[in-house]
Amino acid sequence: MSIRERLSGNEAAAIAMKQINPDVVAAFPITPSTEIPQYFSTFVSNGDVDTEFVAVESEHSAMAATIGAEAAGGRAMTATSANGLSLMWEMIYIASSLRLPIVMSLVNRAVSGPLNIHNDHSDAMGVRDSGWIMLFSENNQEAYDNLIMAHRIAENKNVKLPLMVCQDGFITSHSIENIELIEDDKVKKFVGEYKPDEYLLNKDNPIAIGPLDLQAYLFEHKAQQALGMKNAKKVILEVAEEFEKMTGRKYSFFEEYKLDDAEIAIVCMNSTAGTTKFVVDSLREKGIKAGLLKLRVFRPFPAEEIAKALEHIKAVAVLDKADSLNAAGGALFEDVTSAMYVNKKQVPIVNYVYGIGGRDTKADDIESVYKDLQEIAKTGRITEPYRYLGLRR
Amino acid sequence: MDNLIEIRWHGRGGQGAKTASLLLADAAFNTGKYIQGFPEYGPERMGAPITAYNRISDKPITIHSNIYEPNYVVVVDDTLLKDVDVTAGLKKDGAIVINTTKNAEEIKRLLKGYEGEIYKIDARKISEEALGRYFPNTPMLAAIVKVSGIMTDEELLNDMKGSFKHKFAKKPEVIEGNMKALELALKSLEKVNS
Repeated sequence: MSIRERLSGNEAAAIAMKQINPDVVAAFPITPSTEIPQYFSTFVSNGDVDTEFVAVESEHSAMAATIGAEAAGGRAMTATSANGLSLMWEMIYIASSLRLPIVMSLVNRAVSGPLNIHNDHSDAMGVRDSGWIMLFSENNQEAYDNLIMAHRIAENKNVKLPLMVCQDGFITSHSIENIELIEDDKVKKFVGEYKPDEYLLNKDNPIAIGPLDLQAYLFEHKAQQALGMKNAKKVILEVAEEFEKMTGRKYSFFEEYKLDDAEIAIVCMNSTAGTTKFVVDSLREKGIKAGLLKLRVFRPFPAEEIAKALEHIKAVAVLDKADSLNAAGGALFEDVTSAMYVNKKQVPIVNYVYGIGGRDTKADDIESVYKDLQEIAKTGRITEPYRYLGLRR
Repeated sequence: MDNLIEIRWHGRGGQGAKTASLLLADAAFNTGKYIQGFPEYGPERMGAPITAYNRISDKPITIHSNIYEPNYVVVVDDTLLKDVDVTAGLKKDGAIVINTTKNAEEIKRLLKGYEGEIYKIDARKISEEALGRYFPNTPMLAAIVKVSGIMTDEELLNDMKGSFKHKFAKKPEVIEGNMKALELALKSLEKVNS
C-alpha cells in the first residue's frame, strides 16, 4: 500500500533523497530549490540518513564535490536552480564526460538577468547539450517518481551518465498537492546498492580519472558518451516498467494524453502539461479533438517515437518555456521539427515561447493555442511559425 | 460539493494568509479531498499585499495556474479593500469573507456592487480573546470552511486539533488558544447581505 500524503514539490524531492539515502549530498542554497538541501540537512541532523552532507561555498563547489564523491565510488546528489546551475556549468560537462552518474534535482527558474526568481526553463535549456539525462516532471508526484527511478537509469553499466530531474520553480516546488509515496523499504530495494566497476578508492585497481585527453582520444571518448545517451533510451523504458510493477504508475518517454484520435495537439513539458490536460478535457466536451504530448525525457531526445506519435495530427504547437534568442525558434520546437523532418512526417508545426520569468500560463492562454491550431488545421497555412504566448503588447 | 472549488486569499505579508491557505489544504486533504495550496510569490515584505490560493476537489487536480475566477475570496486585512480589486473574477454565485468591523453599507460600497454573498468576521477580536495576540489566520480559516461548506464544523475542529499539535509541537501552549479561536469564529461569522 502506498502512503497518501500532501507535499510540496521540494518536500517530495527531499523525501525521495531521504529514501534513496545517498553517500554524499553537496549543495548551496538558491531559490526556489533551497528547501531541498534545507529539508535534507534536517534528515542528516536527525540521523534519518547516513549521508555526508557537504555545505559548500558555491554551486561550482557543489558539483565539484559530487564529482569527487562519485569518482571515489560513492553515490552523490545535489539540487539547484537557475544561476546556481550557471555557476556549475564548467563542472556539469566534467561530470558527464567522466561518466559519473550524479543525480541532481533542478528546480527550474529563469537565468538572470535582470534578476528574476520565477519559473521558466532557461536554466535547463542552457545545459541541454552537456551530456546529462534530463527528465521533466508535471507535478510533485512525477518529481518524486523520477528521482526514485534516476539512479537505476544513470548508474546502468550501458549508460553511466549524470541525470537531472526538472520541476517548475514555485509552480510545483512550492505548491502543496496530493502525492502517493512509496514505502522506504520498497524504495531501498528498488534503487539498490551502487557498485561501480572502477573507482578511485579501490586500492586493488588503481586508476586515474579525468587526465589530459587530446587529439588521439577525446573524439572516441565523446562518441562513447553519446553511445551511453543512446543506450539510456532502452534503460529508461526498462526501469519504468519495473517501477510500474511496484507502483502502478506508468512512465515512458512521454505521456500521450487523448492524442490517439486528436486532430490538433500541444507538445510541452512540466507543469504546463497539467493545465493543458485541463483545457483538453474542456475542449473534448465541446467535441474538439484536442490532444497533448507531454515530454518527460528531453535528453535523450526520443525523436523517432515523437515523430510516430504526432504523424496523424493536422496541426501541432510546441510550447517552449525558454527563448533560444536565435531568430528561429525555441529548443524544443527545433528538436521536434527536426525529428519530424528526419522521419519524413509532414505536419504543420508552430512554436510558442511562453511563461518567461514566471509569467502565469492560464487555461485561457492554452485554449487560444488550440484555437490557432484549429485554424491552421483548416487552412494548412502558418504565417509566423515562431510566436509568443502571453506576451503583453 | 462542486467538483472543483477555487479560493483566493488576500492578505498582507506577515498576517499568515499563506499559512492559512496551507492549513486549509491540510484540513481538506484529511477529509479525503484532492488539494492544492500555493502562494503567489513576489518580493515578500511585511505589510505588502500578498495572494494565496487553494483548489479543492473530489478528483485529481491538474491545472497549474493562478486562480482568476474563484468561487470564494478571503480578505484577511480590510485595508486591502480600497487598494486591491478583491472581487476580480469572483463568481456571482460565490462568496467573499472579510475580516472587518466596518458596517454593511461601507463594505458594500468598497466592494463596488459585488452581487454574491458577503460575510464578515471580527478576526482581531476573536484572536485577541482566544490567543491574547492578533493572528487573524486561524479565525479566517474557520470562516472560509463555514462559508464554503468544504467540511462540517466538527470535521474542522477534530482535524485542526491534530494539525495544531503537529504545527505547534514546540509551543503546545498556543494549541488551546487556536482551537478556541476556531470555535469562536465558527459562531460569530455574520452575513452582511441577504
